[in-house]
Amino acid sequence: MKITADTPPVLSVLDRPNSYIGRAVPRPNLQRLTQGRGQYISDVTLPRMTHVAYLRSPHAHARIVSIATDAAKKAPGVVAVVTGAELAKTMTPWIGVLTHLKGIKSAPQAPIAIERACWQGEAVCAVVARTRAQAEDACELIDIAYEELPAVTDPETALDAGTPVIHDSLGDNLCFERKLDVGDVGKAFADADAVVEATFVTGRHTGVCTEGRAIVADWNASEQRMTVYHATQAPHMMQNLFAKHLDLSESQVRVMTKDVGGSFGIKVHTYADEMATVALSKMLKRPVKFVADRIESFVTDIHARDHRIKGKIGVTKDGVITAFEIDDLTGIGPYSVYPRTSGIEANQVVNLTGGPYNCPNYRAQTRVVFQNKNVMCQYRAVGHPVAVAVTEGLVELAAAKIGMDPLEIRRRNLFPDDGYPAQTASGLKLEQLSHHEALAHLDTMINYAGLRAEQKALRDKGIYRGIGFASFIEVTNPSAAFYGVGGAKITSQDGATVKLDAQGAITIHSGVTEQGQGAEAVLAQCVASSFGVSMDRVRVVTGDTDNTPYGGGTWASRAAGIGGEAAWQAGKALRGNVLAVAGAMLQAKPEDLDIRNGIVVDKVTGAERLGLDELARVAYFRPDTLPPGFQAELMVTRHYVPRAWPFAFTNGIQASYLEVDTDTGFVKLLRHWCVEDCGTIINPQLVNEQIRGGVVQGIGAALFEQCLYDERGQMLNGNMADYLVPMAVEMPDIDCGHVVSPTADSELGAKGAGEAGTAGAPACIMNAINDALRPLNAQPLTDMPFTPGKILAALGKI
Amino acid sequence: MSDMSMDIDIALTVNGERIVERVEARKSLVDFVRDDLGLTGSHVGCEHGVCGACTMRVDGVIVRGCLMLAAQCDGAVVETIEGLSDSGELADLQAAFEQRNALQCGFCTPGMLTAAQDLLNRDGVPSREEIREHISGNFCRCTGFHAIVDAVESVAKARHGAKP
Repeated sequence: MKITADTPPVLSVLDRPNSYIGRAVPRPNLQRLTQGRGQYISDVTLPRMTHVAYLRSPHAHARIVSIATDAAKKAPGVVAVVTGAELAKTMTPWIGVLTHLKGIKSAPQAPIAIERACWQGEAVCAVVARTRAQAEDACELIDIAYEELPAVTDPETALDAGTPVIHDSLGDNLCFERKLDVGDVGKAFADADAVVEATFVTGRHTGVCTEGRAIVADWNASEQRMTVYHATQAPHMMQNLFAKHLDLSESQVRVMTKDVGGSFGIKVHTYADEMATVALSKMLKRPVKFVADRIESFVTDIHARDHRIKGKIGVTKDGVITAFEIDDLTGIGPYSVYPRTSGIEANQVVNLTGGPYNCPNYRAQTRVVFQNKNVMCQYRAVGHPVAVAVTEGLVELAAAKIGMDPLEIRRRNLFPDDGYPAQTASGLKLEQLSHHEALAHLDTMINYAGLRAEQKALRDKGIYRGIGFASFIEVTNPSAAFYGVGGAKITSQDGATVKLDAQGAITIHSGVTEQGQGAEAVLAQCVASSFGVSMDRVRVVTGDTDNTPYGGGTWASRAAGIGGEAAWQAGKALRGNVLAVAGAMLQAKPEDLDIRNGIVVDKVTGAERLGLDELARVAYFRPDTLPPGFQAELMVTRHYVPRAWPFAFTNGIQASYLEVDTDTGFVKLLRHWCVEDCGTIINPQLVNEQIRGGVVQGIGAALFEQCLYDERGQMLNGNMADYLVPMAVEMPDIDCGHVVSPTADSELGAKGAGEAGTAGAPACIMNAINDALRPLNAQPLTDMPFTPGKILAALGKI
Repeated sequence: MSDMSMDIDIALTVNGERIVERVEARKSLVDFVRDDLGLTGSHVGCEHGVCGACTMRVDGVIVRGCLMLAAQCDGAVVETIEGLSDSGELADLQAAFEQRNALQCGFCTPGMLTAAQDLLNRDGVPSREEIREHISGNFCRCTGFHAIVDAVESVAKARHGAKP
């Protein structure tokens, strides 16, 4: 384990000629995007393409009495008007459950609502027309009679006897519950010198990808084949689902992703309107395009994080944490989302709470309930921001109660760096983390003592600044333990195919996908390094189920750690094959040769022996000159899946420095820091930008973002003017630091970094605000987002 | 409906090219350049003037392509990311974004570059705060903005002859 420089090193320990591991090389494919020449799914047009618009339920819960479509069918440009009942003949419904979430239940969900709409925004009827505008015009001519039903909106009363049951077939409104009781929690609280309790609320919010969800489905009846251009993170998963619910074989379905305008977990789920679009293409035998507009995105993109958690911590006067206890409640909409389920987030909250701390006593309960609001499911850093907010909120409240410095209480309780492997109270297996090293690095990085002195001096002048921290662990590199064991066809392994072309350049085909995080750059770095060419000789192909190895795509911070390792291994294997050809051509032993900068050289002297262009020419066009019986294999595939650990946990700590205007309640973010440990760093710039982007998404949750609903289940702020997101002017500069504890499960040793920022930032901001207001005896703020009104209320000013 | 979709003839210059078209009165400028002209570098993010993904230049001024109608552009000079790229006007800024990884998914990037260039065309080297203020009408969900500010700042300094 070592601290790395925060400015990227030129070469790493994995140094070879052409070593790009650890180097901040720019992504090779960015000109396409900076010049506006990318191709997002919303840019795709096909011959005979039609556009679908969905008429959506204005009610949170209503019986669909009748749908009159005659006028719409006669409107200009209209190709078809299709109801849920009609579409049900083409596509089967689905149920979002996993067998390893014991007891989870949900109701069958159809691509278009049949008989009943269960949330405001659920599609009730489809209009397919030559243009989107014509389709929307015709939607206005459809007359739907609704009988409004009582809407279940408050999770607190969802399980009460007097509350209507949303799905009669399920018997109640409980989707999933889990209880955990480890150690002796009762004794631990009794032994504590102080017990702190608080109720935390993490506001329901959503991903707000700049590009709405988008899909173009093209059923070719002559080939009996469905080609789907889909802004998705998981093309092979979607291939399986489209095939399954259209009663096709997977070989009849091809999914291509092209460029994706942001995903963050939003684009890794099954959406009813996307499934309907695919079914409509099959029904109409021509391409159908759907792009969610912004209002549709707000009422149908998965929401997340709507949790109310009662938390409790016990602590001795020496700062030893004796126990954690949580009671979590979350409302997830009317259906558990398919196929990852809406139980995973709550499950993660139970798994991750208390995660950084060596505390054996832990009691947890979570209940996941149905309601008539838009669905909730996995969004960047699934469950982490909730668990970290509760854990770190409690830790800093406990520290304040016993009068201990917030970094000191962490030093006394974080898992020791030399104590691994370790296991959390909830049972998570930790290979090697570096909490103390990270904390020490952060302490220096922020000049903690100096900041505290400045804070104190300014308080005397009536300026209230706060310093807050959040330690965290992050799930990355998931094995089959995440979904596969629960019966979902979501693969945890991934593959890379590497090919030497006829001019000696390299092409990689990988099952992971590019969402802008830089996966293609990382894959190119891995293969260029392990094979031995410069990166400008490497091209990467992703996002096409016809042309890439079967893989999981991008989620749970897996692309670099899993896809990168497969690419690294494939590059090595191709190198061996190329050296075999070189050996045959040069009458040399392959082990005496090496590939450096795209040239076969003598391993010892470095003398150039053969260019790859010449080697490829002979292998492809004059194989007759190679020794009898020798066959050149210039295309190889390698796969990788983590086996030794269910997940490669990472860790880190964030700090926030901010100022609260006690007259207006506004928070000004002055600086933010994150020190994290994602194992081997393949590209420091890409890691840092993942951290920064993730931190800002977490800041959005802490200060601005919330999907507001009224008691009838109407979303009140479903547009970007009313739903606030972080913009440049409110955001601070963010400094990143790193500790490196590679995972021994792979040769590269890389873990994920995509979610660390989002995991820790909300808690960190919360703690900083409470630190700022502590001298004013404000009520601790634990109800996100921390709007000016809530801050003034905590100060007793309103 | 049909009475609302009265067609209007317009003649304008787009990226230096003379365009004569008949458009629906209700069609936005960004839908026109994307759907009718195939200039898909301008993106549609919110359709109500908040996200800035459709930012382009009309008669030298940056506008939201979703808040202006194509019919308003008769006689106008429109520049989109495709034209600004081909002319080389943004070359140093684009290179800085690429080097600094000031974009991830790239969906906001054409609008972000166009907005940033508007600031850089003014006198002087803007501070980081001024850069943040100027691009605060352009939503980026990926980067957290820090790298974008770095890239714009480095170009501002370079254009004014300062050492990066």
